[in-house]
Order: sequence, then C-alpha cells, then structure tokens
Amino acid sequence: MSGFTFSAEQEKEIEHIFAKYPFKKSAMLPLLTLVQRAERRVSPEAMVAISKKMDCSPAYVQSVMSFYTMYHAEKVGNYLILFCINISCQLNGCDKLLEYTAKKLGIKVGETTPDEKFTLHREECLALCTEAPMMRINDTYYGDLTEQRIGQILDSLD
Amino acid sequence: MTQILFKNINMKDLHTMKVYEEQGGYRSLKKAFAQKPEEIVEAVKASGLRGRGGAGFPAGLKWSFLAKDVFPRYLCCNADESEPGTCKDRELMLKNPHMLIEGMILCAYACRIETGYNYLRGEFHDLNVIMEKAMEDAYAKGYLGKNILGSGFNFDLYTHLGAGAYICGEESALLNSLEGERGEPRMKPPFPAVEGLYAKPTVVNNVETLCVVPYIVNEGAEKYASLGTEKSKGTKLVSVSGHVKKPGNYEVVLGTPIREIIYDLAGGIPNDNKLKAFIPGGSSVPMLPADQVDVLYDYESLAAAGTMLGSGAMIVIDDSVNIVETTLRLISFYMHESCGKCTPCREGTRWLYQIVEKIMQNKGQLDYIEKMEDICDNMNMKAFCPLADACVSPVVSSIKYFRSDYEEYFKNVPVSSV
Repeated sequence: MSGFTFSAEQEKEIEHIFAKYPFKKSAMLPLLTLVQRAERRVSPEAMVAISKKMDCSPAYVQSVMSFYTMYHAEKVGNYLILFCINISCQLNGCDKLLEYTAKKLGIKVGETTPDEKFTLHREECLALCTEAPMMRINDTYYGDLTEQRIGQILDSLD
Repeated sequence: MTQILFKNINMKDLHTMKVYEEQGGYRSLKKAFAQKPEEIVEAVKASGLRGRGGAGFPAGLKWSFLAKDVFPRYLCCNADESEPGTCKDRELMLKNPHMLIEGMILCAYACRIETGYNYLRGEFHDLNVIMEKAMEDAYAKGYLGKNILGSGFNFDLYTHLGAGAYICGEESALLNSLEGERGEPRMKPPFPAVEGLYAKPTVVNNVETLCVVPYIVNEGAEKYASLGTEKSKGTKLVSVSGHVKKPGNYEVVLGTPIREIIYDLAGGIPNDNKLKAFIPGGSSVPMLPADQVDVLYDYESLAAAGTMLGSGAMIVIDDSVNIVETTLRLISFYMHESCGKCTPCREGTRWLYQIVEKIMQNKGQLDYIEKMEDICDNMNMKAFCPLADACVSPVVSSIKYFRSDYEEYFKNVPVSSV
C-alpha cells in the first residue's frame, strides 16, 4: 500500500483546523473535506493518514466518511455535477434535463466521463428551490436551468 | 408590508461591513451590553419569537432552559438548510451575513456563551467563504473576540461545514456531526440545553431565528410582538417554489392568507393551470388541497388545518401533476436520507418506496393503500428523531386528499396481475 502524506500547505491548514475546536475529534469532517477536495476522493491510504492525525482507527474514519454523501471512495471527475431531483426541481422538469445532461456527456447518471472531466450525480435538495431546476458544479450553484443553459455552462468549463 | 429580515436584502454590497454598518448594523450590541444578559433573554421571550427552522419552539424559552451555572456553554447556528423547498437561509447568508453574526453575538451574550459555531451544510462552500470574510471583518472591528466593545464579554465564532446529510439539520444529529461523528440523532432527553455539544449546555438555533434578534434588541420586544397573530408573532421568510410565476423568498407577517402568498407575491400559477395542492412548510409537513388556500399562514391556523408551518417552504403544485409522482419522489428522498439507526424509519421508508413504485408501474393492488397506511402508523412517532414522521406526512396527506390519483393507476392494472 503506497503511503499518503499531507503536503506542507495541508499540514498548516490542519493546524488551523485543530485550533478551532476544544476537542480534536471535531476536526474529522474538516480533514475528510480537505482530502476530498484535493484528491477528488478519500482513498484508504488517506484514511490511514487522517486516523493518525485524529488518534483513532482507520475503521473509525471510514465509518464516519461513509455516512456523508460528499465523500467519495471512488475518484470523481474534475467537475462534479450534482443535479437536484427533489420536489421543486421535479415540478419544474428536472428529470428531462438530467437525461439531457447525461446524454450530452455520453454517460449514465452516477458515472464519470472517460477523460475524468465530469461526474454526474443525482442529488437531493440543495436549497435553491426558488431557481429550480438547479444543479451544483463543484462549488458553484446554477439555477433556472434549460437545455440551452446547461449546454452553455458545460461548454464553458475547461 | 413590514420587512424586518429582508428590509435591505437587495441593497448593493449589503454583505460588506461598510454598508451593513451604514444601515445601522451592529448598533444593537452597545444597547445589549448596557443590559443584563437575562434581560435580553426576557425580551426574546416577550417578543414571542419561535424557532424558524421547523419545530417552532419559542426561542427565548429555549435559551432559558440552559443548565444553570454550567460552563463552558456553546452556541450552534443551524445553517444546514436541507428541508426540500427551503432556501431562505441561503439568501440571508449570501446577501446579509453580518445580520447572522450580530444575532449570534446577541444570543451568546444573553446566554453567557463564549464560543459559537455556525454549522453550514457541506454544499454551502460558497456561503462559507462569505461568512468567513464577514467574520474576519467583525473581528477587525472588535465585534468578535475578546472584550467586545469594552464590555468585558468575549465571544469567538467559527464556521463548520457538514458533508451532505439531511439528518444533520436535526439538532442532536448536528451536534454529533460537529463532534466529528456520524450524524445520527441522539436520544432526548437530555436536550442540548442541558447536554449538547461536548456534553455541555448548548443553544441550537436556525439562521433566520438568530437574524431576528438584532431587531428585537433595537426596536423592542413589544414592537416585534405587535406583528402577527396571538400565537405567531412577527414575520416569516417563505420560500415559494414549484408551479408559480414568481418563485422566490418572501417575508410575510404571520397570519397572511396563503392565497396572498401564492397569488399576489408569487404571481399565481403559470400556463393557465389550476392550483391542485400546496405543501406549506417544507416536504416534511402534510400537503393541503387547493380548497384550503384561504388558510392563514401562521402556526396555529396551519395546525388547525392538519399541517405545519415547518421551515416556511411553500411548494406549489398545479393540476397537471399526479400527486403519486411527487409523493414517490419525497419517499425516495426520505429513504435516501434515513440514517438507518431506527428500524421503523430505515425499513418503513423503503417499504413505502417499493409499494408506491409498484403502484406507478401499474402493478398495484387495491389493498396497497391500506398497507401504506399500516406502515405509516408503524413509523409515526416511533423513531428517535422526526425523519420517519416527516416521510409519513406526504404519504398520509396524499392518500387523504388525492386518493383518486392513486386509483388512476389501479384502473390500468392488467387483470392477470391481480
């Protein structure tokens, strides 16, 4: 098993995270997030590295990680598209748009494009219901979606 | 119409310290520090402010339940906003982050709390950046940190991002998540006011609730309590979505007729369709049929109509929809979000999903509805947290008001399959 080491910059960030809490254990989600954002997944090796920082077992890290949908065991694409399918978006036609998006990317929902550029996920309510249908790509929210707008957004991403 | 939270919401650069201060921002702090903390708690009690996250518990009362003389204590702002249909807290933090910080400082002072966390749902990374910047400016101004404005009061504030779990909006699950654990709810009692974060007394309040506090301190409890109805004081942000011409977040005085919210504020139903149903408080509350559109939007009127005000999300459904489709979508959501801790919720949500899915595939049988009601009966009020009850709400209300929508599917069942 090849090792996972935090970069110097990450080490600094970790110190900053620990300083926020009176108890170390609260840093679990922030550390998992740090890794997920950098690696686009949380690998078993990273879980071991996190467990060392947190003074707990790797299994415990995994049990926490597996609870939350934003951590991925499998690597996600450069652009993670979370397509809301909950009620307000459903009422505004998200199902057809999701189908359109999948077709445009040439993948099924849940898959990653072969070039690892896009991953398309069905997602529950993301709190932009007044601009339904909506999606989130990495950290950006996009509302009032239409086929045309989705096409433009996807084309604009390098 | 009286606007408290949304008064300046679309003002340019309201999110900056400069503009916020020009609008009177942080003015309440000096006023508060001239009073005893207990007086602020009393004022919030007298204002009648109720928790705006969903449960509607009186905020001042919650604060007064903190275990006496036990320190440290914590304040957690619930910015996990994940109730389907709800997006008001997002707009508040996006456009007016200082209002939340000011509210949190006031709450902390009132409750003698020196450390606060703002728990944002993981997807709100963009808001986290905005909140962090606003907090940095508040520290620079001396509104946060040690000896705030020379009062001797210290308060440190941090943000904490979740990682995608609806259940973490439930306060005890939120605390577990903030402690770095799986976001499973805790058995209550003890309530967070007695044993919350790190087993210490903790106040957990929704973003909108905390944002009201500066107004109460500035303008007085009486002025806030003069708005609304006898049991529902003040204003409420309503996220109107679904089949309306002008979806949006609107601030209404409690007691406003729902008709006004749907037809005046949100512009009515598009495409010449007719209103069929509406869910008045987020997906976890029972839906109502169109003929109840004259019910008033307040806690007691909605309770009398058999539903709840919840988080204030008004989901509007027109007559082009078969309610079974929307119900299945909601069941699917609760099935996905059930943390799996309690059997009635973990299994019940899945069974409901399987049954309704079969109905929609025209493979249903007439006794399926009875089966659904039986499962709902075995879920309701039988789990640690209200997630199971939340799944029951759309199911039972859809059967109650739109049974014929289910029967549509039975009509087409091939004889051989029954």
